[in-house]
Amino acid sequence: MLRESTFQESMLNKILTLKIAAVSLLLSATASSAEFEVTGNIGLEERYFFNQSQYPEQLDNSQTSVSVEPEFYWSWNDGNDSLTFKPFYRIDARDDDRSHGDIRELSYIHVDDDWEFRAGIHKVFWGVTEFQHLADVINQTDGIENLDGEDKLGQQMLNLSLVKDWGIVDLYLLPGFRERTFPGSKSRLRGQLLVDEDNVTYESSAKDKHLDLAVRWSHSLGAFDIGSYWFHGTNRDPTLIPTQVGDSAILRQHYNQMDQFGLDLQATLGDWLWKFESIYRNTNVDNFWATQAGFEYTFTGAFDSAADIGLLLEYSWDERGEGGDSNNEESNSPGASYQNDVFMGSRIALNDAQSSEVLMGFGTDLDHSASTFLIEATRRFGDNLKASLDLRLLQSSDTIDQLYNLRNDDYMQLSLEWFF
Amino acid sequence: MKNTIKYPAIVKTLISSLALSLLSQTTLAFSIDEHTPEEIGLQISREVDQRDMGWIDSTADMLMLLRNEHGQESVRKIKIKSLEQDSDGDKSLTVFNKPRDVKGTAFLSFSHADRADDQWLYLPALKRVKRISSKNKSGPFMGSEFSFEDFSSFEVDKYTYKYLGDENGDGLEAYKVEQFPVDENSGYTRRIVWVDKQEFLIQKVDFYDRKNSLLKTLSYLNYQQHLGQYWRAASMQMVNHQTGKSTELKWDNYIFQTGLKDSDFNRNSLKRAR
Repeated sequence: MLRESTFQESMLNKILTLKIAAVSLLLSATASSAEFEVTGNIGLEERYFFNQSQYPEQLDNSQTSVSVEPEFYWSWNDGNDSLTFKPFYRIDARDDDRSHGDIRELSYIHVDDDWEFRAGIHKVFWGVTEFQHLADVINQTDGIENLDGEDKLGQQMLNLSLVKDWGIVDLYLLPGFRERTFPGSKSRLRGQLLVDEDNVTYESSAKDKHLDLAVRWSHSLGAFDIGSYWFHGTNRDPTLIPTQVGDSAILRQHYNQMDQFGLDLQATLGDWLWKFESIYRNTNVDNFWATQAGFEYTFTGAFDSAADIGLLLEYSWDERGEGGDSNNEESNSPGASYQNDVFMGSRIALNDAQSSEVLMGFGTDLDHSASTFLIEATRRFGDNLKASLDLRLLQSSDTIDQLYNLRNDDYMQLSLEWFF
Repeated sequence: MKNTIKYPAIVKTLISSLALSLLSQTTLAFSIDEHTPEEIGLQISREVDQRDMGWIDSTADMLMLLRNEHGQESVRKIKIKSLEQDSDGDKSLTVFNKPRDVKGTAFLSFSHADRADDQWLYLPALKRVKRISSKNKSGPFMGSEFSFEDFSSFEVDKYTYKYLGDENGDGLEAYKVEQFPVDENSGYTRRIVWVDKQEFLIQKVDFYDRKNSLLKTLSYLNYQQHLGQYWRAASMQMVNHQTGKSTELKWDNYIFQTGLKDSDFNRNSLKRAR
């Protein structure tokens, strides 16, 4: 009995050991080829407007909000297949319209030797300039999130990317369209008339189900980085049509179809970065060229320190002009915000352990009175906390400029983001 | 102070064939009488370069520990993929994992021996790839005591050389070679490198700033051999003598010949690097 039990025990032990070995082998095999990761950030944002609101329904001086943006990432097949899910939500204590969410990303990527396939909701950035992102066209602007238009809504897409000796070719099928988000009645940083988010009209009978197409080629040739594309589909910029509803007026969004050719070019020559973006847009109401061009010069190790000081200068031109122009035959054309504008800026990076940076920018319209001034300062505290302090001043005395409506909306913003 | 000796092609060929003929020996036999210190310096540096050829590609994890003058530490976690190029400088892809606010930020570099490196930075929040100036060689890398230049791959043509003599210590016999950067954008006037006679591994580097005063010392510790051939230091310690700050690099998970290709080093791979 004793022997038997010992034998049984030892068999059991062997089987157990085998099982454990098999399981651990399996685990290590999956661990080496598959991966799951959760990262993201939680943010607290406090805005303070220096002046009382211009319109009675708008909130007064302070505005607090909390945002969360986790990212879930799965990869398998040695990282050649991956899935990313990145939802976003902001809760604003006083502005219901700014309490909003979006799926920033829900995309699958398959990578092969000389091609890559991406499917799902994704974000794509095209361009080289800093003060206006003229060439960037794929994603819709999240206009309630921020005034600068740098926040984008996720876009549904199928994207095949082909890597060739002569550059990268990206083919896009964009099924479905996202309407721009706009400030609501309580929101600051808006015009007098509210934008109607319900009665949206489209040129295409497919409305927001229109299948948009884009093809882009990009390449690096020595000191030059060049990109060029053609886009066919729904214009991301709506025409806003004032409409009388009862005894109040409202702006109705209308989305045209457009064909757009775009070009972006950067020459990296020593301390100089020369930047150029241009688009040609054709819709059934107008067709025009627009350009954003300039340079960035960096003094590295300025004043015998580790800091870099960059100086930026950019100019915007738009064939549509400033709008409201009697010489303009297409009286329908609202004109462009940046039609003859100049921007100056400076970027100071201390290159310290906290990655302290200050960005200053000033933009002004050369045709009429309209100027903006911006300071963004960021610094990391500890390993996971990042603080940003922004100041934005908006000024205009000319009623044709959009900034005229925002002249009381100068604000300071402190945001703390905790990264995990 | 800058040494600007340029060897005519014929002399270079002569020296390299000399170096090749000496390869079979464990140590190089130099005769000060027959060669100038410049020639010997070049020969030693060629040998350092030659012995680390043929690794094809590698991946490694790097932990960067930044210590300020008060001893406070902050950590960066970085993954580096490198691909050797036959006739040019290496290609490398650097991905940040920590600090968390820059997670996913990636840096692509095509190093060149004869001209400025090509460098791109990917900013994940904006999904933006930016070509950046590589002229900023002397700037700190992520706030550390390492500059961008210190991470650039070693190419023989990037320096001119001068052999300073032998130095023995710490159980090692070493050649002491002075290196003068060819690129005028370098943050250094010169570097003094200690190369051990046995394996031709760099043991220590003294960096002299633009005013030619001692700025930093880098020590290579705990060398480990991979694939029975390629040596990598598991720890690299950089001490800044002028500020009292230091940075330690701890290398882990070195894997060689993983099958990386040129297509793993482009804008697409930069955008999805992890």
